[in-house]
Amino acid sequence: MTAPALRLTDLSKTFPLAKPLFAPAPPGVRAVRTMSFEVPKGETLGIVGESGCGKSTLARMLVGLLAPTTGTIEFGEAAPSPGDPAAFCKLIQYVFQDPISSLNPRKTIRQIMDAPLKQLYGMDRAERDKRVAEIFASVNLREEFLDRYPHEFSGGQAQRIGIARALAASPEIIVLDEPVSALDVSVQAQVLNLLADLRRTFGLTYLFISHDLAVVEAVSDRVVVLYFGAVVEIGRAETIFNAPKHPYTKLLADSAPVVGRPLTAPEQKGTELPDPLNPPPGCAFAGRCPRATDICRTEDPALRPMGDDQLAACHHPIED
Amino acid sequence: MTAFLKLLFRNRLAALGAVVLGLILVLVIITPLLPLADPNVTSTGDRFARPFTQGHLLGTDHLGRDLLSRLLYGTRLSLAVGIAAAVIAATIGSAIGIIAGYFGGRTDNLIMRGVDMLMAFPYILLALAIVAALGPGLMNALVAVAAVNIPFFARNIRGITVSLAGREFIDAARLAGKGHVRIILTELLPNVLPVIIIAMSTTVGWMILETAGLSFLGLGSQPPQADLGSMLGEARAALITAPHTSVVPGIMIFFIVMSVNLLGDGVRDALDPRLKSGALSRPRATTRVDRKDPAPTRPQQGALDLQDLETQFHVGARVYRAVGGVSINVAPGECLGIIGESGSGKSVTALSVMGLVASPPGVITAGAVKFEGEDLLSARYEALRRKRGDKVAYIFQDPLATLHPLYKVGDQMIEAIQVHHKVPRSQARARALDLFNAVRIPNAESRLDNYPHEMSGGMRQRVGIAMAMVNDPEVIIADEPTTALDVTVQAQILALLDDLRRERGLAIIFITHDFGVVAQLCDRVAVMYAGRIVEEGPTQAVLDAPAHPYTKRLIACVPELGGGRRRLEAIPGLPPVVDKLPAGCAFAPRCTKAAADCQRGEIGLDRQGSRAVRCIHPEEALA
Repeated sequence: MTAPALRLTDLSKTFPLAKPLFAPAPPGVRAVRTMSFEVPKGETLGIVGESGCGKSTLARMLVGLLAPTTGTIEFGEAAPSPGDPAAFCKLIQYVFQDPISSLNPRKTIRQIMDAPLKQLYGMDRAERDKRVAEIFASVNLREEFLDRYPHEFSGGQAQRIGIARALAASPEIIVLDEPVSALDVSVQAQVLNLLADLRRTFGLTYLFISHDLAVVEAVSDRVVVLYFGAVVEIGRAETIFNAPKHPYTKLLADSAPVVGRPLTAPEQKGTELPDPLNPPPGCAFAGRCPRATDICRTEDPALRPMGDDQLAACHHPIED
Repeated sequence: MTAFLKLLFRNRLAALGAVVLGLILVLVIITPLLPLADPNVTSTGDRFARPFTQGHLLGTDHLGRDLLSRLLYGTRLSLAVGIAAAVIAATIGSAIGIIAGYFGGRTDNLIMRGVDMLMAFPYILLALAIVAALGPGLMNALVAVAAVNIPFFARNIRGITVSLAGREFIDAARLAGKGHVRIILTELLPNVLPVIIIAMSTTVGWMILETAGLSFLGLGSQPPQADLGSMLGEARAALITAPHTSVVPGIMIFFIVMSVNLLGDGVRDALDPRLKSGALSRPRATTRVDRKDPAPTRPQQGALDLQDLETQFHVGARVYRAVGGVSINVAPGECLGIIGESGSGKSVTALSVMGLVASPPGVITAGAVKFEGEDLLSARYEALRRKRGDKVAYIFQDPLATLHPLYKVGDQMIEAIQVHHKVPRSQARARALDLFNAVRIPNAESRLDNYPHEMSGGMRQRVGIAMAMVNDPEVIIADEPTTALDVTVQAQILALLDDLRRERGLAIIFITHDFGVVAQLCDRVAVMYAGRIVEEGPTQAVLDAPAHPYTKRLIACVPELGGGRRRLEAIPGLPPVVDKLPAGCAFAPRCTKAAADCQRGEIGLDRQGSRAVRCIHPEEALA
């Protein structure tokens, strides 16, 4: 078996809180709890979770925009020093959620595309033009767009430019942070299909972050479900939502609106996320969980294998 | 650039300022070429000559020097010093501001506290202290004036930089391998530059005044060199006996500062994107209605009936036909879904009902909205206002934006009740509590005293719904109420809306882009494309057998949970811009079934029983 494209070991991130003048510093907000997983080369790993579950913090650590508190990130053989984007950017690139705001409004598309080629590969003008032309052809954009400014583009076109910029660094891995959630459904499908084509052509590995379960299921090989900064379940995309082991995954799957399923609120109580400043002991989901018992409120469950290719962190997993 | 000049000169006062300042600038630039007397040659025999005496157009001063010559050379100096001080202050101040804003944290704290300390002194005192330390002289006055104005630029630019530094394109630049210096110079600076120019144009006038002030006190230019301030200072002793010696430089200072300020304000107004977009122009209380044809007189159907509604946006010479003839109605207890992509006109349709489209630029150009037998579009403002929130209520997408951040949610509920009904506060509070319980807010009693930011998104949207229910409306218009929410919360909110309409016989118009939501909640659905309804019918029938090619393709491109990994059916191309709509079917350029006759002329909505479709080559013949 070849080395995985990406390996996370005991990665976590705690944001410190300001220390009050006359009291000891509070423990800080644990945005991402200790997590470890691997992504094989060429795989699309979906990452789902609701707002506040640590998806974006995880993504920013992976591309080096944020230094992790503990743990390491390895790319195949290489393990660049954490928190330094320049060391990461030839290995891993990022596609932003809001395509317009990720493009500098006062630069032409050509200047935006040139930046990684010049900074990372030191290409001269002729080489850059050739490379930009190649990339633009692969994302179905016309070269006449190069001398325009970002505000002249629709969301779908701007997102293609964002993808083109990520490709310009020739990375092996691309982190896609909600790449289609700002787009209309008809354009969303265009971009998702383009991403699938690019992955095949360039042998890329994707980390696809989204809150939309249906989109994640449609594009991913495996899916990681996050809740309150921790991994609660990992499994193959085909099975994880059909046969969830963790009650939270089941809740997510039951909540997604599906044509032909009658409207039912899977939980009636006005349940909310736990307070990140004052996390509960034990399983973070216990307060919302119909299967919770005493052990759930005292002991944090570890991620353990359940069935083939599926892992869940639960004391009382759903058996079928 | 030409657009900027056009905008600038539309402002008459700014144009006047530009003309006056231009004249003064031309005059001082050609001063050395003019046949003027030497400004520094004294001739005590001619002292205090009145204006218009032979050889001295503006008279002479206490040493018999020619005032006109001194005035022009003095103006030259004053302008040069003022502008130089502005440039120096802007450069240093902006550099400090950008560095503080970009690096943030401790750097920011250290720099800005230093700047705060500078700002704590009255500026003229600080300038005096600097000149006192450096000794009098024009260059030292320039240094003092520049130093005093650095904090103003530093604070301004830091504020802008902080908001820019958090933007995604800065992250993107870091991922492209750019270092800090490059990011500041090539990414931040181009975005900050307009702000620097605006700030400079509004402060140059002040700088000229401040330099004149220092010279007036004898700390700036030293005799015999003339600048406007020192001329005033020297003329002070003869203020009563020879007033012209102080009036002449005084008027020049007035003209310069006035014209610079007028022009500066004009430049700011023309460059500021918020002013340009018209965000600060106050919209009218209701949308302007300007119907060419008389309103339709068909009798009302259902609780709310929109008939041939057309809403347009008039921006300059362009006309955006956001809503192009929409007819829909909703019965009591029924939920009608309006589905469409962004720009399809679904939100504008909803806002037109109660005249909530911002005007200008919005104009309702045709149609009628019938409610309780009346046409709401013809109603007077007072009558419309009484119905808003009372009979017809809205739920918006983002409850954080619709709730006032500084008032407790309970007080906002009570206010909404008391606007429409004269009830005592305690009774209104009891009603608010009932509604909080009805929308299943846990601990309703204590939640009434929360501020909006203390609640989660789902709870806030429940408050939004409770607020819409306050006066027992007959119709609720919900504009993407669950789009900003997580799926588990969305499911709760949808179930809540469904219960409410069944229990209370509410008519709901539910605007969304999500077929899954429509399928679960709505009885009927209308599909909009480019401002028109292209298909309408019972939800199940439309989803099972879509008749319009757009509906069919749209359903196909939405991935559905449980379908496994697959390729999605995309619709190539983009929705049309509604200021240049093609003739006939707006979807034809993206449609695989399009034929020549699709783009020839108007295509009507073909109604068969409960279903309707606007297509001449439909996917399914309507039964």
